[in-house]
This record gives sequence, structure tokens and C-alpha cells, in this order.
Amino acid sequence: MNHNIDFIEQWIEPGSRVLDVGCGDGALLASLRDQRKVLGYGLEIDPKSISRCLEKGVNVIEQDLNKGLKNFADQSFDTVLMTHTLQALRYPHLVLDEILRIGGKGIVTFPNFGNWRTRAYLGFRGRMPVTKQLAYQWYDTPNIHFFTYADFEALCKQRNINILHRQFLAHGLPDTLLKSVWPNLFTETAVYHLSR
Amino acid sequence: MSLETADNQKDLGSSVGLVKPQKVVIEQPLKLACGVTLPSHTLAYETYGALNKDNSNAILICHALSGNHHAAGFYEGDAKPGWWDQYIGPGKPIDSNRFFIVCVNNIGSCFGSTGPTSDNPETGQPFGADFPPLRARDWVESQRLLMEYLNINCWAAVVGGSLGGMQAMRWSLEHPEKLQHAVVIASAMKLTAQNIAFNEIARKAIKSDADFCDGNYLQQNKVPHRGLALARMIGHVTYLSDELMGQKFGRDLKAGDLLQGKTEPVEFQIESYLNYQGDKFSDFFDANSYILITKMLDYFDLAREYDHDPIAAFKQATCKFLVISFSSDWRFSPARSVEITDALIAAGKDVSYIAIDSDHGHDAFLLPNQRYEQALGSYLNKLAEKIEAGQ
Repeated sequence: MNHNIDFIEQWIEPGSRVLDVGCGDGALLASLRDQRKVLGYGLEIDPKSISRCLEKGVNVIEQDLNKGLKNFADQSFDTVLMTHTLQALRYPHLVLDEILRIGGKGIVTFPNFGNWRTRAYLGFRGRMPVTKQLAYQWYDTPNIHFFTYADFEALCKQRNINILHRQFLAHGLPDTLLKSVWPNLFTETAVYHLSR
Repeated sequence: MSLETADNQKDLGSSVGLVKPQKVVIEQPLKLACGVTLPSHTLAYETYGALNKDNSNAILICHALSGNHHAAGFYEGDAKPGWWDQYIGPGKPIDSNRFFIVCVNNIGSCFGSTGPTSDNPETGQPFGADFPPLRARDWVESQRLLMEYLNINCWAAVVGGSLGGMQAMRWSLEHPEKLQHAVVIASAMKLTAQNIAFNEIARKAIKSDADFCDGNYLQQNKVPHRGLALARMIGHVTYLSDELMGQKFGRDLKAGDLLQGKTEPVEFQIESYLNYQGDKFSDFFDANSYILITKMLDYFDLAREYDHDPIAAFKQATCKFLVISFSSDWRFSPARSVEITDALIAAGKDVSYIAIDSDHGHDAFLLPNQRYEQALGSYLNKLAEKIEAGQ
């Protein structure tokens, strides 16, 4: 399930420098370029996604995130973005540190494993969840870490990362209403604006 | 006539077809980086496609060490197309239906442009070893004079592989307002010591040939075939990958037998191939040009006059960049392309970087590769769309 995260544009200063780590097809960067006039670069490893970026005229750099981001200088970007990639990286906590070393601010999105659908799937079926948002079998999935937004916030606290904003996304009823009451149960995607 | 028809049919829809080289004498003096001025110089070039009405769709193709102006299409009677025919033509990544494509044989080379084999007007004899030393910026300056002659104010893109990529980068610093895009393929901001070492071995091979005559072989009706062939063999090995040579030749024998008790000489396929490549090359390339251009490669250092700071250098540029590398290229390794890309990002320039998986070593930039074709095609397609929309 792809949620609209256009609201993060408000968190990004017009004309600023943005690095999108794991930029996919470059749609977000294209929108930020057109709407906020940012100077943006996307990092991506998938050839098909890279082609989509080139077709959009988005700056895309072929780079394996698991090999680190050492080539980017400290505080060389205003914002470093990472959408739906954290759960697929070998060492998410180190990548978070890198994001806030390179960028003044970080924006991170990830699937919330605490959602009732995944809980119900595991709880009642006794099988690892295969949902619209986590649409892979356990043995062949890019998603190698499963965590909830509460886990993420505990990690932020432990690593002295400030949460500037957060948004919980869900779709359909009653999820969109109930997510404010039981966020961990009804949030599908969590979006965080971070600084250090 | 029947030949022409045959050629056209053979390449219908994908080749620029039959082409003819053109020549122009540039009468403006060209002051070279070494201080010498060429009062005039001749340039051999080819063009493919048509210039649009506001002259905004021109792409300059920069050739590398042994390249020339015949980048695409066929000469009448030739079975082999130009050196980058895979990438230039109707519907190809550098699309001659949409762009006006210019490729020039650079000065100092030996395919019709002024170089060591041309007569020195002061002596009436070939320049030979006396041809003034050149820098990449001299090629750029000469290309700029051709650009004026062709009535082009700004290149839509300057594109080149290897030394060609160095020219594209130099263009972006020397004349930032005269190009919109630079496509830098399998290139580097400067050669490594290992690279210079290979070039020096090649030069030494040429100079060791008794027929080299200190570079004045033409006056003595000699050609240092053996030296030039050896130089090419060394170069050729460095343009391929170990893996590819293994796949292509392995330890296959061309002649003889490795069984004990056999006395006839053994020749490996790779030996035969390299000897053939070296001999063929020495028939059409000029030894002085080889020395001159390998030195140009060695001397190239993009950021030298910017206090050796590539970020400061690239701050001069205003164009957008596409950088491409090939995984098995060890002569201009992907690490060199990453350095270019990182410096461009730090300088705040628009850049995309593509790392192509290939077994073909440095030569990969000339060869068919679906992903490479697609990436270059997508990038230039976006550019063509913008030009056609008048943006």
C-alpha cells in the first residue's frame, strides 16, 4: 500500500539540498524539484528504478547503501530522506546515524509491523505476514527487519535522535479514525522528521 | 549503385547509412596550451541528422586515443560501420532523428586533421615528432572553432568515453555557457600512476623500433610498424578484462600441441589475436600521434589549476552531467567515475551516475550493452523532449 506522503514537502525548505536514500522511481524527488525547487539527488541500486529516474530527469546515483554513505560529507545536505528502505538494510541503526551525519534533518518512513493486520496474520494463522504492504514470502523478501513505530522511537531515544514531527498513515475505515486512539494497531506507515 | 542499395537495406531503420567525411580549414589562429600557435588547421569531421531551426539540438561526440571522426554509418564499399555505430543512429541512444550529431577528428591525430603526418608549412616536411605537444583543452578549443563554423551557439550535449569524457569535462569548465549536458563515460579526472606507466611502456615500444628514426620516419620513408604494434598490444590487454580474455580465448591453441614429445611451436589463440590486432593497428595509426595523444592523457588533470580541488573545478560548470562506468574496467575504474560524481554532487551540480555491469573492461563503452544503451537513451530522450518542447 503506497501512502501519499506529499505532506513532507512542508518539512523541506524551498531551494534546499535533498538526498533521497533509496529513491525508487524518483517520483518524490521529481515532485520536490518541481514544487519546492530543491536540488535533489537519489541513491538507488535497482536498474529499473534508475531508468525511471533518468526518464523523469531526476538526478540518480547508482550506489549500494549497504556499502555505506562515506562518500557524502558531514552536513552536506539540508535533508536526507529515506522512504520504506530502513527495514531492508543490514544495519538500520548505523544508517540512521549516517542520515543525520550527512543531513541537518532526516525524514524516514517505514511499514509499522505493529499494525493489526500483521499481528492478526501472525497471531491467528501462525505464519509470517504477507500483506499488501509486506508483500513477500519470508524466504525471499528485501525486508529483513520487522519493527513497530514504538521500537523505532525507543531506538531514537537510545541514540539521542530528536523527533521533530511524526505522522501515522492508514487507509480505509475504521483504521484512519482509530489510528489516533491506538496508533500502533492501526498505523500502516510511520513517517518521522528527525534531527540530532 | 547496387552496393549502396545493399548497404541501405542492411541497416534500414538503425543506421545513419552511407556517410561522407567532410573537411574544413579553420583559418583562425589556434593558440595551444604549450604556447605555440597554429596559424590555421584542418579538421576532418562527420555529421549525422539535421540541425533544428534554432540550432539547439547539436551533440558533440569526442573520440578517445585512437578514435576518429567516423563514429557512425558506412563509407561506400565498407562492411564495417563507424566506431560508435552501436550508439549513434536513428532510434539509437544518440538518436540521429532528433539530434544533429558532430564528430571531429582531433588535431594531433592522423585521420585527416592537422597532426604529425601533416606538412609543417615552415619546412614543407611532415611535422613528425616536431608537432607541438597538446592538451585536452587544445582539442576543446579546436572543437569550439568548428562549433563556430557550424553556427552552433550551445551544444545540447558533449559526449565522450575515456579521453572523450575528459574533453566533455574540460568543455564544462572552459566554456560552461556552451553546453547543456556533459556525458562522461569510462573516464577519470586524471590518470593513475599505473595508467601513466602503461602509456610509457607503449611509447618506449615505439621509440625502440629502429624504424622510428627519432620520429622522423616519414621523411625516411619508413614506418615503425613493430613498435606501434607492440604499443597497441600492450594497450589492448589493458582495455580488456581478465575474465573476458578467459572466456574468449582461455588457453585455446591456434597451432601446435602441448603434449610431451612434440617439438612444433605452440601458439595460443590470445597470442595470435593480439599479434593480429597490433599489426592491423600499425597499418592505420601514426606512431607520433600515438606518442602525442598518450602524453595528452598523462598530462590531463582536471583540477590542477583549481588548487587540485575537483569540487572547486566543477563549481565552474553550469551544465548537467551523466557519468557512466563499467564494472570490469580497470584502466578507468568505476572508482574514478565515483570520484567525478562525488565532486559534482559536492559542487552542487546536477548529476546522475550509472554503474554498468560488464565483462568487457574499458572497451565496454564501445560495445553493445542493453542497460548502457537504455540508460544513455533515457537520459538523452529526456533532453530531446525538452529541446522539442522549446524549453
